[in-house]
Amino acid sequence: MPAEITGGNGAARHSISLYVANKPGVLIRIALVFSRRGYNIDSLVVSETEDPGFSRMNIVATGDRATLEQIIKQLNKLVDVIHARDYSYEDVIQKELALFKIDCAPERRAEALQVMEAFKAKTIDLSERTLAVEVTGSSEKLDALETMLRSFHIREMVRTGKVLMARGEAAT
Amino acid sequence: MAVQEKTGAEALVDIMIEEGVEYIFGLPGGSAIPLFDALVGRNIKLVLTRHEQGAVHMADGYARATGKTGVALVTSGPGATNTVTGLFTALMDSIPLVVVTGQMPAWTLGLDAFQEADVSGITYPCVKHSYLVKDVDDIPRIMREAFFLASSGRPGPVLIDMPKNVSGARISPKADTMQLPGYSVPKAAQDAEVARAATLLAAAKRPLLLVGHGAAISGAATEVRALAETLQAPVVNTLLGKGVLPETHELNLGMLGMHGTAYANKAIIDCDLIMSIGSRWDDRIVSKYDEFCVNAVKIHIDIDAAEINKVVKVDLGIVGDAKTVLRQLLPRLVKGDTADWVRQTKRWRRDFPLKFQKEGKLRAQQVIQELYRLTGGKAIVTTDVGQHQMWAAQFILSESGRDWISSGGAGTMGFGLPSAIGAQLGRPGETVVAIVGDGGFQMTLSELATLFNLKIPVKILVINNHYLGMVRQWQNLFYDNRYSGVDLEGNPDFVKLAGAYGIKGFRISRSADVRRVLKAALDHPGPALIDAEVEQHDNVFPMIPAGAAHKDMLLGPPRRVLEKPTGGT
Ligand SMILES: Cc1ncc(C[n+]2csc(CCOP(=O)(O)OP(=O)(O)O)c2C)c(N)n1
Repeated sequence: MPAEITGGNGAARHSISLYVANKPGVLIRIALVFSRRGYNIDSLVVSETEDPGFSRMNIVATGDRATLEQIIKQLNKLVDVIHARDYSYEDVIQKELALFKIDCAPERRAEALQVMEAFKAKTIDLSERTLAVEVTGSSEKLDALETMLRSFHIREMVRTGKVLMARGEAAT
Repeated sequence: MAVQEKTGAEALVDIMIEEGVEYIFGLPGGSAIPLFDALVGRNIKLVLTRHEQGAVHMADGYARATGKTGVALVTSGPGATNTVTGLFTALMDSIPLVVVTGQMPAWTLGLDAFQEADVSGITYPCVKHSYLVKDVDDIPRIMREAFFLASSGRPGPVLIDMPKNVSGARISPKADTMQLPGYSVPKAAQDAEVARAATLLAAAKRPLLLVGHGAAISGAATEVRALAETLQAPVVNTLLGKGVLPETHELNLGMLGMHGTAYANKAIIDCDLIMSIGSRWDDRIVSKYDEFCVNAVKIHIDIDAAEINKVVKVDLGIVGDAKTVLRQLLPRLVKGDTADWVRQTKRWRRDFPLKFQKEGKLRAQQVIQELYRLTGGKAIVTTDVGQHQMWAAQFILSESGRDWISSGGAGTMGFGLPSAIGAQLGRPGETVVAIVGDGGFQMTLSELATLFNLKIPVKILVINNHYLGMVRQWQNLFYDNRYSGVDLEGNPDFVKLAGAYGIKGFRISRSADVRRVLKAALDHPGPALIDAEVEQHDNVFPMIPAGAAHKDMLLGPPRRVLEKPTGGT
């Protein structure tokens, strides 16, 4: 599956992983590097790591590859960034979690559950007219489910944003 | 009674002294009082400026003239926001500064307390790094890191925002070991890269060395000279690379770019290899990116990896310190066979010299050229921004990178006078001249009071054309001579103004007086201001209109109205 989804102007989706010092301001410094180049951030996940002095960030952003290469260099230049890397073109473990709440009258429930089954989505809430599910997987799988659920009308959707980890002995 | 531990402010001053700080430029306010208090009786000289922008530019001029880190100290809120232009100026030109801003007590942050501003937030894009100090015990470490970050690698300004409760708190003795796991400073290049550079250089018939500020910062003058002489390669320098190879050297073609010499720009068009040593291919020199040196091999040495391939795609990028990399490269060089090429550049120099009109009204170029002759190329020259800056760049031939001080990347009007004050403090006993325009000078002229107090012999040469000349030039050339917002009517009498500050004033209005008056001003033992009333409508040439190709350089006034430039300013 191609990690790169190409849009207009050679724009593509990129998955960037950063390992940063856990200091106030580090998030703004990183966001400023993107915003100054007019590069849109699609998702951003900041989390703790095995070491309390450091955080990990996963950023998915859309734009052209040359600009992104420049952005990665500028991120690496930040004093609080230990390393920043574009993983878009590498085989890494990638996961995302999403919650969907759809319109679902009783007569369409069976159909909905069939879709959920196909995507290994878990029903987490049910009411007379709604159904809520949780699904985990690659971002592309979540995109596909989203497309399927449109026919039911998606009332609400929330996604955690992609997190990734290098495979095997390699460090992220 | 047990000995009281020192305050955070005292610890801060201790470290500044250990770091070799001689001068602090600044202006106090409520939040900075503990910091100023800690300076009383200490072995650091405090220079009280009239405006915080002046303080930062003074620290900047001091840093450029000496290579040491400049230090400024201001208060919170408006004191801190007044430093922004100075920080931006220093960041754009890679100048090592430590700027300490007093801040309201930590518990008021974000609550709109009096003079509480989000200084970190306002300054993120204008600093190499910054700190908001929350624990007094962190001060020693942060100060060490700040000085290290400011001056190492690609230098830049570091800001320390210091809440009053922190600077006033008692410190418990703590280690000051730096913790910078995300920061590393490249030094040497990989052998293979150096070998490749040597091969490319050996193959070149028409090599050209492009020397930028990075070469000056790295102190690579000896290596650049050795490189140029061994290869027999002509050299062009950027505005901030002036003097790394003395501009009187026969291989140096002077400044390139928008207002560079015709011979430097012609060399750009015809070279078959160009090697940048610490220049970032700024738009002032490259102009039209897709037509810049298209057929030349491009090599780029830079300490900042983010500069490689940023705007100009290169054949070989080498990340490292200019001096170190050139030292690795020199033993591998073979003497180039470039006699024809060098002869060609000499023909250009002869056929397309810098020139100006000698008849009629007094010309700025004449005044600047005469100043150059009188000082024998030995003065430290600072400039403001505009036409006078470009004329100074053309007619002052620099002998050393630290003798030419000008705001390049930011183009900050108001920089000339305060940077000259800082430079003179850093290098007492040398001649320092600030060449300024009548517009920019008025942006920071309040520092005349600072100058008077210091009693240092800075000379200020006001190139007075009664216009915001550089903007007028653009309106003249590209906007059908429609002047808008450029007439500086209402200017004061600068000689009287100087007098009001206790500074001796001189005036030049005729060509015949230039030498005599300049000499009198230079011989005057104290500070002096020279008001040179020059031709109002002169334009700077050569000129490559912003975004145009080098081949479209104008050598003199065009006969028609030009298209509006495609580049920025
Ligand atoms: C702070 C700031 N404001 C505006 C400009 C835009 N600007 C560039 S050159 C110039 C004219 C400068 O006039 P003056 O100081 O009289 O010098 P001259 O060009 O006449 O030599 C202006 C307004 C600038 N560079 N900096």
